[in-house]
Formats: sequence, structure tokens, C-alpha cells
Amino acid sequence: MARAALSGRLSWQFGRVVELVEETARTKSLVLETPARQGHRAGQHVDVRLTAPDGYQAQRSYSIASGPEDEHLVLTVERLVDGEVSPYLVDELRPGDELELRGPIGGYFVWEAALVGPVLMVAGGSGVVPFRAMLRHGAALGSDVPMRLLYSSRALSDVIYGEELMRLAEREPVEVHLTLTREWPDDWAGPRGRIDGPLLDQVAWPPPQRPLIYICGPSGFVEAASQTLVQRGHDPSRIRTERFGPSGQ
Amino acid sequence: MEELDGNAIAGQLVEVFGRDMTRAHGACAHCGTESQLAELVVYPGGPGTVVRCRACGNVAFVFVTVRQTTCIDVAGFALDVIS
Repeated sequence: MARAALSGRLSWQFGRVVELVEETARTKSLVLETPARQGHRAGQHVDVRLTAPDGYQAQRSYSIASGPEDEHLVLTVERLVDGEVSPYLVDELRPGDELELRGPIGGYFVWEAALVGPVLMVAGGSGVVPFRAMLRHGAALGSDVPMRLLYSSRALSDVIYGEELMRLAEREPVEVHLTLTREWPDDWAGPRGRIDGPLLDQVAWPPPQRPLIYICGPSGFVEAASQTLVQRGHDPSRIRTERFGPSGQ
Repeated sequence: MEELDGNAIAGQLVEVFGRDMTRAHGACAHCGTESQLAELVVYPGGPGTVVRCRACGNVAFVFVTVRQTTCIDVAGFALDVIS
């Protein structure tokens, strides 16, 4: 570890699967025990590497879903239809299996309680994963920084961490807003449809309050949300974005 | 083609530069737009990873990893040197 810290290099290490939690039909959380548990910052990710018997390797990045204070490292993975790595992680992995990991990585899409301003988190689909880490971090610290999550999901059955998000929203400074884009129950009272200007106006703090804004989701979702926020007067330098590959929101 | 951003290559950048580079600033050599590496457009896959300016699409840098060796060509991006 001392060597790794000195050189600043990342080394691959094995994590052991302690538990698998089915979040939705397409999404699982991998609860991992890692040997030298470095503290991570809320919003960071790890790289996961799979090696086939013939030596072929495939590598992907996954956001860390657990808070820095949590006992285990948790990754939440959505199975992509033509995915090379995610189908294995979601369907084949079993408790006790080992997984090659590198991280934690990233210093840009990170939230720390010392950062100034209320926090708006805008999630498309499994883009909600790093926000779970941020909300858990805020809760563990008892932080009084106001945090609002605006989460866009296709249907209620696709909502990841639904019950936990509702529990996290019981804390005074936290609000969770869910919009459903394709299907909703008959009695659904919340917003319907994709995130747009009027919905952002309703949920976001006005630009003069300079909220710190994090947007995570598929590329098209992130592009649309960030452009809409900038058009509505939010300072681009207060907006941090993270995009991932094809997925629904 | 899959389109990501600089966060997706943070791990590879640590391998090359020895530290997190996602917050490093630089300017596009073509249009001059300043950005942090996390904000650049990243096209992974293929024989190498291509990184482009989000404003004008100019190729900022390209990197290719073959047998544990990464070659990085930072041809179109003036990276601020940070101590």
C-alpha cells in the first residue's frame, strides 16, 4: 500500500463478493469485500476487469454506490442487452466469487460536505448510483447541506433504491423527486415525462442561489439536462456531468 | 458509436500520469475552449480511445494500449501543467 501511495499508481486488486442484491429486474448491487480498503469519496468509481480463460480482457467503469462510511464497497450494475461485462456481473457472479478491481478513481464528479451551496442531483436511469453514495455520505455526517435528487426513470419497476431513497428523504435537508417517462400507475401523482425546463424550474434552486449541480446518466440525457439548466441561467462552472453508455432513463 | 466523457478514462489517465487527471484543465488547440479533462468527449473502443473537444470536435488526444503499454498522443489539447 505504501508503494501504491508513493507512486500514485493504481493497482488491480481482487474484491470478494459478499452478497448480491437484486434492485430491479435488470439491476443488481454487488456487495464487495476488498483487502486494502482505501477510503473513497462520494461520486467516485472503480474499474472492473474480467479476464477470459484465453487471456482476453474487458474493462468497464462502475460508480460506487456505497458511502465512504459504509463497511463494504457496493457497485450497482445494470445489465446492458449487448453488454460484454454487465451480463456476467448481473447474471453469473455468485457470492464468494472474486472480481478484479482498480480504484477508487476520479476527482471531478465528487461531492464533499465542505463544498459550498445546496446540491441538485439529476439522475437518468442507473445514473442514480453515485447519488446514493452522496446521499448516504450526507446522512452519515448528519450534514445540513440541502440536497435534492431529481430522478428520471422509465417506470416504477425500474427505480433503483426506491425504498432507501424514500428513507433518505426523511432527513430534513433532503428531497427526492421522481419522474416516470414511459409507464406510471393510474394514481401516480408525481411528474410524468422526461426532465424538461418547467420540471427543473420546479425542483432546482433558482440560479442566484448558485446550486452545485451534478448530472449523471446516458449521454443524451446528460446533454439535454445540462443544456436546459444553462439556458435557464445556471452557471456552467457549477455543473458537473458524468455520462455512461446506452441505457434507458 | 458510444459517446462518453473524460470520467470514463480516469483510471487509464492515472496509469499514464500517476494521479487523477479528471480535474486537470487545458485548452483546445483548435478553438481554444478551456475545459477540464472530465468534460471532454470520449469515444472508447476500437483500436484506441479518441478524446475530442466538446465545443468543436477537434481531436484533443488519442491513446492506445497494446500489451500493457499505453501510448498517448496529446496533439490537440494544451494541458495546463499543475504541480
